[in-house]
Amino acid sequence: MEVEKGGFDFPLEEMDLNEGRQIEELMSRSQQPLPDPDDWLEEEISRNVLVTTIDKVFNWGRHYSVWPAGAGMLACCAMEFVATGASRFDISRFGMEIMRASPRQADLMIVAGTLTWKMARALRLLYDQMAEPKWVVAMGACAISGGTFAHSYSVVPGVNRIVPVDVYVPGCPPRPEALLYGIMKLHKKIDERSVREDLVDLRRLIPGRGK
Amino acid sequence: MTKPLAGQEVAKQIERQIPKAVLESNESWVVIDPDSLLQVAQFLQTTPGLEFDYLNCIAGVDYLDYFEIVYHLSSIQHNHSLVLKVRCSRENPQVPSVVSLWRGADFQEREIYDLLGVTFVRHPNLKRIFMWEGFQGHPLRRDYL
Repeated sequence: MEVEKGGFDFPLEEMDLNEGRQIEELMSRSQQPLPDPDDWLEEEISRNVLVTTIDKVFNWGRHYSVWPAGAGMLACCAMEFVATGASRFDISRFGMEIMRASPRQADLMIVAGTLTWKMARALRLLYDQMAEPKWVVAMGACAISGGTFAHSYSVVPGVNRIVPVDVYVPGCPPRPEALLYGIMKLHKKIDERSVREDLVDLRRLIPGRGK
Repeated sequence: MTKPLAGQEVAKQIERQIPKAVLESNESWVVIDPDSLLQVAQFLQTTPGLEFDYLNCIAGVDYLDYFEIVYHLSSIQHNHSLVLKVRCSRENPQVPSVVSLWRGADFQEREIYDLLGVTFVRHPNLKRIFMWEGFQGHPLRRDYL
């Protein structure tokens, strides 16, 4: 098939005229400012306020920004943890991609691997430094129960002897899918929380207020 | 490739300099009397042609009847290596420290002291390294429960 020179269906002058007509048309249409989209708000505001519980709002926020501490990278489970954080499994889908190097900025501690008694003090310290509310995931057989090393002279038989554990993810090591499933379980747990518990904690901190 | 020196050949050289130091030797290793370990180590480190200037690692082995400390030596200059062994009794596990000759021995001797309970005489800082102070026993001994 032979292509015409320039490849246009009509002469260039025609194009210019067409463009000119479009500009004229837009100009005639745009002589008045567009209406303010917020004009209706005043009278309609009562219909557009969402009523929800404060629990839902708080839990929604917490659910989607569980920042894990880069703590407890103790053994081979850490490799699966790293894979979970990388692009293939992509922990950032859950708003968790920010691994905090400081426990003070973290909400979640994923204990990934074997905990020894010598390391246990450090782990407890990290946990104590985390701000409330905080959660712990025990990842892998070693973190859950000491695993193969449960009867060893140096291994803590389960990190729940050191820190309270919210979710146990079994496996040796667990696949990233398993860890993600555990995290989703944790999300469920977060969703069922009530801020009232936090308020009780808060009141206890203020001298002379409540028990 | 690092050339492993034959134990008997090195043993002959040691014998010439320090009689009665070698207890046993074959193509792979030399067993040394613990009392002359420091002398032999110094000899291996300074003799031209041997010059073992690098200590790869120290291992401690529990053979139930006795402990064996294994020194893997290399010479970076000559690119050859040698395995040196020292035996000590279970009742009185004492071996002279070689930290004064190879600084790299420091932590490894502490590790063997910690896990196997072998005392390294004249070590500058002989205390537990893996286990905490106050831990009872030496966990890598084969009779440890």
